[in-house]
Amino acid sequence: MDNLILDKVCKRFDGFEALKDVSFTVGAGQKIALLGHNGAGKTTLMKAILGLQPHDSGRIKVMGAAPGSRAARMQVAYLPENVAFHSALTGREQIRLYLRLRRQPVKLADELLDRVGLAHAAGRRIGTYSKGMRQKVGLAQALIGRPKLMILDEPTSGLDPVSRREFYAILDELAAQGTAILLSSHALTEVEARTDRIVILSRGRVVADDTLAGLREQAGLPTHIQIAARPGAADEVAQALRGGRSNGVIVDLTCSPEDKLARLREITALRAKVRDLDVVPPSLDDIYDHFSRRAGK
Amino acid sequence: MSGIIGFADAEFRIALRNRWIIILTVTMALFSLVLTLAGSGPTGTLGADQLSVTVASLTGLAVYLVPLMALLVSFDAAAGEVERGTLGLTLAYPVSRPAVLLGKIVAHVGILALALLVGYGVAAITAFWLDEDAAQGLAALVRLYWSSVLLGAGFVGLGYLASALSRRPATAAGLVIGLWLVAIVLYDLGLLAAIVADDGGAFTETVFPWLLIGNPADAFRLFNLAASEATAAASGVSGAAQSIAPMRALASVAVWPLIAFGLAAWRFRRIVP
Ligand SMILES: Nc1ncnc2c1ncn2[C@@H]1O[C@H](COP(=O)(O)OP(=O)(O)O)[C@@H](O)[C@H]1O
Ligand SMILES: [Mg+2]
Repeated sequence: MDNLILDKVCKRFDGFEALKDVSFTVGAGQKIALLGHNGAGKTTLMKAILGLQPHDSGRIKVMGAAPGSRAARMQVAYLPENVAFHSALTGREQIRLYLRLRRQPVKLADELLDRVGLAHAAGRRIGTYSKGMRQKVGLAQALIGRPKLMILDEPTSGLDPVSRREFYAILDELAAQGTAILLSSHALTEVEARTDRIVILSRGRVVADDTLAGLREQAGLPTHIQIAARPGAADEVAQALRGGRSNGVIVDLTCSPEDKLARLREITALRAKVRDLDVVPPSLDDIYDHFSRRAGK
Repeated sequence: MSGIIGFADAEFRIALRNRWIIILTVTMALFSLVLTLAGSGPTGTLGADQLSVTVASLTGLAVYLVPLMALLVSFDAAAGEVERGTLGLTLAYPVSRPAVLLGKIVAHVGILALALLVGYGVAAITAFWLDEDAAQGLAALVRLYWSSVLLGAGFVGLGYLASALSRRPATAAGLVIGLWLVAIVLYDLGLLAAIVADDGGAFTETVFPWLLIGNPADAFRLFNLAASEATAAASGVSGAAQSIAPMRALASVAVWPLIAFGLAAWRFRRIVP
């Protein structure tokens, strides 16, 4: 059984379609990234899953229960986007509140804060925390009581690269224990290969749902080959390679993934005139752009 | 239950660290001290002991300060959580909305009770130090204390209602300041103007007592000044106010918290985080 099932979920705001026929599932132990530009509908979808903002039509099942039902809330953890905890409370006091809401012993607060790397600041007021530290308080509360499903809305915004890596390490542990994780981001570079599947949302519709490798293949974007020619030889190299663009020093070629090897062979034949070369596969941003732009048409 | 305790605990700590509450508690204690010392002169002529005189002055002060303190602790309760995004998070937990509100009520009414204990305690200690007969006024002070807590609870509820009606704390703050001005200052001025215009007519006889008793702050003042003869003597209560039974005034002070919490809970239920 899947921990989260979405089936043709729709949501309108005064005639504006925020979600249209959104369907996908998240199984136990899976980490799914929900990607989309600002306003794509990520937060709206998450609030519908949590039952905070009811959807109009379609079916949502959280651990087999209705969203927002007590049974669902017992097993779901949430990290809202841009959450700001009360600045007068200390990190420890804040986590104690959430432990009580889950009927867990309050003495676990320090352990949780330690897990997200905030042990040193547990007794300090949240008002004195940096943005990344506040985000970690949010993560700490989401870890309470081993949830079966985690809904994380832009959890890595405000985290530095080291903290982000630690954050994903914690998610890996949870997923290994069977927690299903749905996390949103507005950039593919933030989630990279850390997730099992990527769902791209554009204007409320799912435009892609695949692994990163699958998306790469589907997109079929050209690979760039950049050749640094020896002084004065750039135009000659460009001519020999047909279709290469030269700026006097660098020759830029694009080719489909299948043609790559043939092209490289041609370039090595020009060895005497070539100083160096770089093969640049389509970047994550290129792939993401491809899917979101295709949906716009 | 553990949700109620969680919110009561967190909100109590927040309120303890709220600068407004500290300022108002210190103000109350200072005023209590000054009122007691200033009133220590001609008590013999009024036939009242020192503490009864103090209670009469404190009643006048409490009518202004208690609602203000109550509104200042409560206005952020819903709107603040909506703006900070913590309400959505809270409601994703297995906790009911009434439990959230109940926890806040316990904390906010509790902090008011504590602040008033400090303020009135200072007055009692000073009065006993000045006058050995002060024990006569103790019953009046105790009555002032618990009726102040009731008055405060009513305004905490109204603060929640204002908070649940606005999506931003700044709007809620504006609403409660307006509410305080209308209920505490303008209401009495309006009644006074109406009485003067009416010049002892039907309005003064029939409508006025109900209007007076309908406002929890006026009912609170009436109850405390009329409940004890000594306080009444010290404050010089007269006229229409004396025609209202203290128990009716008390009923108004006691019922207002229920009405206010009921309305707040109803609005709080409808908030979409
Ligand atoms: N309460 C609301 N009322 C009207 N429109 C809304 C509301 N909430 C979100 N929207 C609109 O729905 C769209 C999706 O918003 P959102 O889910 O927050 O996007 P994302 O989280 O992907 O950035 C946006 O165009 C937003 O303006
Ligand atoms: Mg969002």
